[in-house]
Amino acid sequence: MTARVGVITFPGSLDDRDAQRAIRIAGAEPVALWHGDHDLKGVDALVLPGGFSYGDYLRAGAIAALAPIMAEVKDAAAKGMPILGICNGFQMLVEAHLLPGGLIRNAHQQFICRDQRLRVENASTAWTSDFTEGQEIVIPLKNGDGGYIADAETRARIEGEGLVAFRYVGVNPNGSVDDIAGLTNERGNVVGLMPHPEHAVEPGFGPDTAAAMRSGVDGLSFFTSALASLVGASA
Amino acid sequence: MPTIVVDVMPKAELLDPQGKAVAGALDRIGVTGFSGVRIGKRFELAVDGEVDEALLETVRKLADDVLSNSVIEDVVGIEVVE
Repeated sequence: MTARVGVITFPGSLDDRDAQRAIRIAGAEPVALWHGDHDLKGVDALVLPGGFSYGDYLRAGAIAALAPIMAEVKDAAAKGMPILGICNGFQMLVEAHLLPGGLIRNAHQQFICRDQRLRVENASTAWTSDFTEGQEIVIPLKNGDGGYIADAETRARIEGEGLVAFRYVGVNPNGSVDDIAGLTNERGNVVGLMPHPEHAVEPGFGPDTAAAMRSGVDGLSFFTSALASLVGASA
Repeated sequence: MPTIVVDVMPKAELLDPQGKAVAGALDRIGVTGFSGVRIGKRFELAVDGEVDEALLETVRKLADDVLSNSVIEDVVGIEVVE
């Protein structure tokens, strides 16, 4: 049976359709979900997409984190469902306390958009198992509030427990502490990151590589990892 | 109608990129005498009725849970103004 992966649309979501497309290319069935519902429609995994929910008012992701459907999202997270938060979705996961720390305005105050090199620091999460630890990948990054921040105690804990999933390599684009680009929870089912894997899933539409222009598809492994974890769970 | 004012500031030990940008601008236009600028938020909650202890308790909880994020910000004041 084809896995069903839900993508929640919030007011101001931008990359929900891109996430749906990435899920389809990875071999699963995308299911559109709505922030105002209390219904996950029986999906097997979830993506909280990028964008600017509620115009980033209050704090990025803060108002979306109070949306009706987030009750079901928290419930699903506690039960081990694979949940990926991309950019604004990462900010929502942090605001919902499903991942530690916070995200603030980029240190240089400017919106940034670039093809970003990352190192996979934890390849044993639901969304990273098709990578190898230490592998370097390139996917697009585009954010204004991407500066990851946490107090010393939290930083020591996430490093000690291996919860840093991705780190920026070469350039730290937003002033994130310890070059942190993405995190996982202890269980490995909830992962959030600022860069956008869903924009690097099909040749012709991804980042440039040495081989050819826009041929980068490093983002696809996020989605195939999740599908593999679902097959493993149901077996 | 009373109003409850909630003030929220970025944590002192964390970088405040907005404040830093303003400090840089002051420096560029030749304003001296300040060692730094920090930017926070002021919330004005217009009260529908009277302010009592139960309402203040609600606001304190709201300030901690919604209006601020304790990871990056502190609630520095809750004040009732008429």
